[in-house]
Amino acid sequence: MAKFEPVLFARINKPDSTSLKTYMADGGYARIKEILSMAPVDVINVVKDAGLRGRGGAGFPCGLKWTFLPKDHPGPIYLCINADESEPGTFNNRILMEKDPHQLIEGIMIACHAIKSNNAYLYLRYEYGRSYRTLDAAIKECYAAGLLGKNIKGTGFNLDIVLHRGAGAYICGEETGLIESLEGKRAWPRIKPPFPAIEGLFRKPTIVNNVETLCCVTHILYRGKEWFQSIGVPPDPNNPRDPGSYGPKLYCVSGHVNKPCCVELPLGVTARELIEEHAGGVWKGRKAKAVVPGGISMGFLSDKEFDTKLDFAGPGKVGCLGLGTAAVVVIDDQTSMVDVLFNCCRFMSHESCGQCTPCREGTAWMTKILTRIRAGQGRLEDLDLLMEVAGSMGIIPGTTICGLSDGAAWPVKNAISKFRGDFEEYINSKRATVTSAQKLMEAH
Amino acid sequence: MSVLSEQLRERIRQEFPKYPNKRAVVLPALHMVHDAMRAVSTGAIEEIAELLELHPSEVHDTMSFYNFFKDEKHALGKHRIWVCRSISCMLRGGEEVLEKVCNKFHVHPGQTSADGKVTLEFAECLGACEGAPCILVDDECHMDMNAESVAALIEKL
Repeated sequence: MAKFEPVLFARINKPDSTSLKTYMADGGYARIKEILSMAPVDVINVVKDAGLRGRGGAGFPCGLKWTFLPKDHPGPIYLCINADESEPGTFNNRILMEKDPHQLIEGIMIACHAIKSNNAYLYLRYEYGRSYRTLDAAIKECYAAGLLGKNIKGTGFNLDIVLHRGAGAYICGEETGLIESLEGKRAWPRIKPPFPAIEGLFRKPTIVNNVETLCCVTHILYRGKEWFQSIGVPPDPNNPRDPGSYGPKLYCVSGHVNKPCCVELPLGVTARELIEEHAGGVWKGRKAKAVVPGGISMGFLSDKEFDTKLDFAGPGKVGCLGLGTAAVVVIDDQTSMVDVLFNCCRFMSHESCGQCTPCREGTAWMTKILTRIRAGQGRLEDLDLLMEVAGSMGIIPGTTICGLSDGAAWPVKNAISKFRGDFEEYINSKRATVTSAQKLMEAH
Repeated sequence: MSVLSEQLRERIRQEFPKYPNKRAVVLPALHMVHDAMRAVSTGAIEEIAELLELHPSEVHDTMSFYNFFKDEKHALGKHRIWVCRSISCMLRGGEEVLEKVCNKFHVHPGQTSADGKVTLEFAECLGACEGAPCILVDDECHMDMNAESVAALIEKL
């Protein structure tokens, strides 16, 4: 196969890649006037026909989401850009914002034109200080150049982008949690329906899109849907409900590899290819024991499953929750899955917003049970108890409002069903291996 | 005597036109006050509420959801150091980095050093896993930390 040429990452290593001048020299904004003159419905159709699926985790078809807006709505429509990237292991959006902010801004302009919105709110997690400063400078450049504000490039289209900083809460990545937070409230996800497209930000029709998704929009409009569909995995002919996994994807590889990296590849590479060909292999000459396919809430692949295609359908076929954010975390064979799972559960317990009892209590109790196991006082029955708690929380069993809970349960289900031996050995040995440094990390 | 300076009030007011209602300015206002005053006191909450035409309990309700904001009893030091404890950093020695910072300043996570220079915090995934373990100093990320490099970085603060 010919070497894949990055598109989303084409400019990130160029000098001064964040400036409007270099972005325009590379052909950026060259056709924005023409695109803003297209009928909005035509823009939606291009994105819909290209088969772009959301890059934030759920993989919902982007163009289809846009069609859910009410027709001929008289009042304001909002676009929220979800830049609250907080899923452990994920950092692709940070690189996009720090290195090529105009690619994102152009995507926002196109999306807003398509959905007839004049107000975009970019919800950025607080921790991304460098992204904030880069985007702030880029947005100011656009206003000065007439690319934002009133009557952009004489097309009659108006657009304002507001940068809004979060305050360190994972749940703000959930789209209705994000909306609540933007409105100045606790980031408690809303009960759906109504979905945001009908009643979202400030109770107006709203679309929430991920940063990488919007960057893809820019390229789809410039290069066409045929280009997009020439990359990735077409729909499974045996599954009429599979929309396929088209386009390039930013895969983050971290953990126990020689060269942790974020690499752009066609959707559908395997975990093994990512580790061996792009991340320099497993560190210290060791073997990988487990791989997180797309952020910890997606669960784990065991070593027999490393050849699973990491497209939207692949991880689900081997018992994972999905592709998630395509953040691959590699765990070597010297690491205990007990410690890894404890880390996942502690994260979810800390980040559960506390609104739904099964999630608030379930994540806390799972963490407590794992703390006990790590202290050398575990019992074999604890494993069934963990499975029982994990099986009763989330949207899938129907006990919570949002999917954070499913993402909290999944690593537990996968770790215990795929690595039960690790847990049994740990419990039977009665050892307490927690170091003083780990003890510091245990605190809530 | 008001808690918020006229300059801070003006900066908060400048946020109003960006949103269709004033409540949406709660987070930006909290950030501004917290940043300038190293805490959001009860008095500051009341004055923010007055500016935003809200009840103080509404501002407090939002503020208390985000562990990010400190009240006057837990005011921040000059710098805030966040040590990531999520999976990618944990796998590559994040716990040792944390121990180093704790020992250096004689503080536990959540505390401020006696000289008021540093407040130490845990962070959940900072989104810089290609450079794990990583820490955040105020809002600037530093990657590929180990016990030595984090000590050198802290020395310069």
